[in-house]
Amino acid sequence: MTTNAAPQPSFPEPRSLDQRSLDHRSPVRSGTRPKPILFPARERDTDLTPKLWLKDLSLSYKVDNGSRLLALDNINLKVKPGEFLCIVGPSGCGKSTLLHLIAGLQHPSSGSVLVDSHKVDAPGTDRILIFQELGLFPWLKVGENVEFGIKMKGIPKAERLERVQRYLRLVHLSQFQDSYIHQLSGGMRQRVALARALATEPDVLLMDEPFAALDAQTRDLLHDELERIWAETGRTIIFVTHNVREAVRLGDRVALLTFRPGRLKRGYSVDLPRPRHLEDITVAKTAREILDDLREEINKSLEEQYGAEAAR
Amino acid sequence: MGLKRLGKNLIFYAVLLGTWALLAALKVWPPYLFPTPKGVTEALYAGFQDHSFWIAIAVSMRRVLIGYVISIVLGTLLGLSVASNKFLEETMGGLLVSLQSLPSICWWPLALLWFGLSQNAILFVVIMGSLLSVTMAMEDGRKQMPKIYAMAGRNLGARGFPLFWYVLLPASLPFIVSGLKQGWAFAWRSLITAEMLYMSLGLGQVLMMGRELNDMSQVIAVMILIIAIGYVVDGLVFKTIERRMQHKWGLTPAT
Ligand SMILES: Nc1ncnc2c1ncn2[C@@H]1O[C@H](COP(=O)(O)OP(=O)(O)OP(=O)(O)O)[C@@H](O)[C@H]1O
Ligand SMILES: [Mg+2]
Repeated sequence: MTTNAAPQPSFPEPRSLDQRSLDHRSPVRSGTRPKPILFPARERDTDLTPKLWLKDLSLSYKVDNGSRLLALDNINLKVKPGEFLCIVGPSGCGKSTLLHLIAGLQHPSSGSVLVDSHKVDAPGTDRILIFQELGLFPWLKVGENVEFGIKMKGIPKAERLERVQRYLRLVHLSQFQDSYIHQLSGGMRQRVALARALATEPDVLLMDEPFAALDAQTRDLLHDELERIWAETGRTIIFVTHNVREAVRLGDRVALLTFRPGRLKRGYSVDLPRPRHLEDITVAKTAREILDDLREEINKSLEEQYGAEAAR
Repeated sequence: MGLKRLGKNLIFYAVLLGTWALLAALKVWPPYLFPTPKGVTEALYAGFQDHSFWIAIAVSMRRVLIGYVISIVLGTLLGLSVASNKFLEETMGGLLVSLQSLPSICWWPLALLWFGLSQNAILFVVIMGSLLSVTMAMEDGRKQMPKIYAMAGRNLGARGFPLFWYVLLPASLPFIVSGLKQGWAFAWRSLITAEMLYMSLGLGQVLMMGRELNDMSQVIAVMILIIAIGYVVDGLVFKTIERRMQHKWGLTPAT
């Protein structure tokens, strides 16, 4: 797609929509299935126009001593409409930065983000980001937080209230509609942020470690819910996590970012039938292989941050 | 904040009043210099009875409210521009700080020249008194407000005025409320000062009238009124805002 001299990271082609098993009620066949193959295929132009196209995307931060920190280096990535892409990488590799760029909250140093072939240069309600730090509004009640995005969209009051209730029910927080944010636990706050983003019903949902503070049961439940919503609405989801198993549980593809500068190291197609479960042996196996690659990067980051001893 | 504190205050004021009454009764100073509590109470009663205090309060409150609202509007615009513009920050920022050392009544001669001996001159002094506090509060609020709220607001589709009104303003409230309070206090003080210089109704005028009539009871009565109004506005308006905000944000344990 570009005539860039730098070696393109190998990245598998996303499977087309019809190949995907959307029926989450189909029995789990993981036991009978062969081990998934991780195939590093070359990126080809897809017949579908990509929902999201990251083109030679780079971003560097100004650091205090005047030099620049290259956070993201020449990221090239296409995401199909309705695809569920997970991004993993060591802490500080630029995952949040990447999502901010897609959301239009930051501007790339070079390259561009295209959504439906339109260049992104500002936030838009077609892409909603769930921030790693959530960014819930402490001056608003839980229900008003969820209502905020659709209020800005100018949706009539009656429909807003209906949606607020629907999405609060979805994240099991109906009783907390009139609470203030500080009265909630960390996991509950993450769920409010999820409801707030879902309520706007965006085409592209950008999620930055949204389930990090949840207990295992709630997380499993929300995995199921998210998968169901995704399957029903055909939304495109970019999901950042540091939990490789979670990435394999949810994603059609998993992209691995390198540490400083953040590059696409490798992509993995997750060819497992849905619904999946975090405890599935196939999920664990696939995760294991990605984890080996990730560990390499984590070691690099530890070496850089704590010196060579810490990495041993 | 319970009965215990109320009790302490009751004792304190009883002692204060007692000392005052005692000193007055001992006639250490002649009554026309040092009025008795009884005289002051009578002056208060008389003032409310003949409506002169009510009128003075109404006139003063009206002036200070108009001045304060104008200050908030101007101060918001000014503070936000200073906070968001590097050039303005480096130039006007310093000027604003240094202007703070200027008592607002110093603007009185200019105000007289520009507006003549009129309501507008008083208003001008009131605005100059509170504008700086409000401006600096807004500037601080804009800078100290965590960036994530603005980002979250923009992410959810807020732009322009809705972003300011529904996100930036409430998000910066914890950082501006004390400045707004200070602005109110300055507005109130500037008003009384200006009213004492320009005699046209208002509490300041009633105060000066007491002086001219050599009626120290009335002077003290008006002083008490001025303090009381300042206290009530602080307690009713600003304390309520603060308490509600702290409750929402969880800055204090809910009571
Ligand atoms: N505003 C900023 N100014 C300077 N450097 C920044 C800024 N924001 C992030 N960085 C740097 O950019 C790099 C990428 O940060 P980013 O937050 O995107 O990482 P991340 O992959 O999301 O990490 P984590 O998994 O810990 O959330 C980090 O090395 C960080 O130090
Ligand atoms: Mg991050």
